[in-house]
Amino acid sequence: MATEILMPALSPTMEEGTLAKWLVNEGDTVSSGDIMAEIETDKATMEFEAVDEGTIGKILVPAGTEGVKVNTPIAVLLEEGEDASDIAASAAPAAEAAPAAAAPAAPAATSAAPEAPVSDTSPDYPEGTAMKSQTVREALRDAMAEEMRADENVFLMGEEVAEYQGAYKVSQGLLDEFGAKRVIDTPITEHGFAGIGVGAAFGGLRPIVEFMTWNFAMQAIDQIINSAAKTLYMSGGQMGAPMVFRGPNGAAARVGAQHSQDYAAWYMQVPGLKVVMPYSAADAKGLMKTAIRDNNPVCFLENEILYGRSFDVPDMDDFTIPFGKARIWREGTDVTLVSFGIGMQYALEAAEKLAEDGISAEVIDLRTIRPMDTATIINSVMKTNRCVTVEEGWPQGSVGSYISSVLMQQAFDYLDAPVINCTGKDVPMPYAANLEKHALITTDEVIEAVKQVTYR
Amino acid sequence: MAARKATTKSNVSAEELKGYYRDMLLIRRFEEKAGQLYGMGLIGGFCHLYIGQEAVVVGLEAAAEEGDKRVTSYRDHGHMLACGMDPNGVMAELTGREGGYSKGKGGSMHMFSKEKHFYGGHGIVAAQVPLGAGLAFADKYKDNGRVTFTYFGDGAANQGQVYEAYNMAELWDLPVIFVIENNQYAMGTSTKRSTKSPSYWERGAAYGIPGEEVDGMDVLAVKAAGQKAVAHCRAGKGPYILEIKTYRYRGHSMSDPAKYRTREEVQKMRDERDPIEAVRSMLLTGKHASEDDLKAIDKEIKQIVNASAEFAKESPEPALDELWTDIYADDAAPQNA
Repeated sequence: MATEILMPALSPTMEEGTLAKWLVNEGDTVSSGDIMAEIETDKATMEFEAVDEGTIGKILVPAGTEGVKVNTPIAVLLEEGEDASDIAASAAPAAEAAPAAAAPAAPAATSAAPEAPVSDTSPDYPEGTAMKSQTVREALRDAMAEEMRADENVFLMGEEVAEYQGAYKVSQGLLDEFGAKRVIDTPITEHGFAGIGVGAAFGGLRPIVEFMTWNFAMQAIDQIINSAAKTLYMSGGQMGAPMVFRGPNGAAARVGAQHSQDYAAWYMQVPGLKVVMPYSAADAKGLMKTAIRDNNPVCFLENEILYGRSFDVPDMDDFTIPFGKARIWREGTDVTLVSFGIGMQYALEAAEKLAEDGISAEVIDLRTIRPMDTATIINSVMKTNRCVTVEEGWPQGSVGSYISSVLMQQAFDYLDAPVINCTGKDVPMPYAANLEKHALITTDEVIEAVKQVTYR
Repeated sequence: MAARKATTKSNVSAEELKGYYRDMLLIRRFEEKAGQLYGMGLIGGFCHLYIGQEAVVVGLEAAAEEGDKRVTSYRDHGHMLACGMDPNGVMAELTGREGGYSKGKGGSMHMFSKEKHFYGGHGIVAAQVPLGAGLAFADKYKDNGRVTFTYFGDGAANQGQVYEAYNMAELWDLPVIFVIENNQYAMGTSTKRSTKSPSYWERGAAYGIPGEEVDGMDVLAVKAAGQKAVAHCRAGKGPYILEIKTYRYRGHSMSDPAKYRTREEVQKMRDERDPIEAVRSMLLTGKHASEDDLKAIDKEIKQIVNASAEFAKESPEPALDELWTDIYADDAAPQNA
């Protein structure tokens, strides 16, 4: 059967074009790959090749015609044994238009309906569990060691993690116990080893990739987002990257702008990633074990200042904390303070001082930023009617600004004051001691914000 | 059986040679059809055709064994067909349909097959190079004897992460073959305008990685080089680099008018160095196949390709609830176990 040759689309956006020139005449034979015509798109003049072999039976659109719509028949191709009389019988189907349909709403539909959401308020560990005092550093090390004992596919790689025992000593002792096959010193090459980690995860291992700090992970952010976070979706669920990216995040002390950034809000934005930012040693341990077992890429944001701080940690064989479950550190009735990571120290200090002034603050530690336990925040705000968020990161596009928008949409009727976001200042981190102190969030600022929302 | 008939070129049977002819022709016809469907608006976005480069993947697949892995860039249709992925599933992914390898959610540049050990299909130039080294890392960790073919172009060869991956691959003796498909143009920039290095494979020497240049228009030469590289990797000697000199006949993507080279240059390659014509002529002059035999192969390929196009048109668009699936793995079942 004679086939119609259609005006082709030659760019992602082309809808029509100019048939500039025919390079074949009626009666010519063509075979696949031969250039038949030149077509001008909005961007360039393109050569148009034959796909099938045959004889040009008729040219339907003459050279020089402008505004030829994509998929308009421009010529008729005859197969072996056909002649011009076969032309009338042909009818090539035009490309079927994709049915337009409205995209469904996100499963977690936002609604202003002021109903109390369900939050998981179960205790993290059974009542009466023996506790031991540990630093965050030790808790993280124990969590990795326990998971490495349990699953031989778990390994740790990064700069100075093995022989040096960790730049911040988080991996102390792991090389001795697990050997150089599973505790691997890398060269200083973040982009490269992050990519190797993701490839190893595709290949069936469960890597823990340590960045000496998250600041350096900016060299590797393409592999974290484009390769690790998106592959499960792009492969239709066939393969993903079950792995942990971890290291200290945020400001340390006097290390200046390039070593003092909080990435919680950056990674929080990415579907496919989970983002954890613990405060206490118990949470660091329980969440790290969960992160290593999780089948998705997890960004685990630690903090250098918190590494040496001691907390009570449950003395259990296998202590884990589920993602997406906030912890209420302190119950209160007048205002809800929401924080995470080192921000918690300002929130807790502020709550303590506010209590002296007779203001009862409820303090929530998010622990995981994505998935975020917004139910616990909303339930608290339904009780206190006021909310202040506390974090070290920058104000524009902060974690707090997302929480504010959730409260606006889902608990508007319960708010008696605008939500205030206490954040780091909108400046690169300065080096000078006095300036650095001002650039960070302070307890006094949190107290001030609470007084504002409680109209005191 | 004609399997004993050796060609003058190398010790290859007529059946093998016919197989390479068939596999290369499948890629060529498939890509031509993809170009046509793109022109009809059935394929959207970017679409990078592999026409001209067929001998690279067909030659290297001839050197691979079951379980070996491969990973490449966005010019990936040829790699998928060569490793045995179903043309229907590939074409339906190009049209963004439910029957595609990624259920329509990946598209031309992002396709995967766990079953065929094809790890993508990656859209960021050179990102697949550390990923390929990582796949090889996993194989070495498991000590399973597998190798990974990590494909990238001459354009990607100027990205820094390639050399980060080289350094670690050699440091840790990873069983990875770095395959540089040098088609001489990084989109519109010729190699001469990109680097003063005389060759890409020689850069491996800085890291201690051996390699060689290969004629990528000769499927048998590619296969032979592939076997050598595979043997090197399987012997535990670490990575190997193959710089395969090839040529793409079409533009960088469907929307590239390719004004950076002359029509004569392309035509000369097609006329004198076409990898499919070379095997066709080897089959005919060596009397390993008749014109009729080859016509039968052509016909079979045409049917497969037409069927894939039909499948890709008929397969429905993904259900709208697919928008919300595959973002996170089911935590109840281990991934990639």
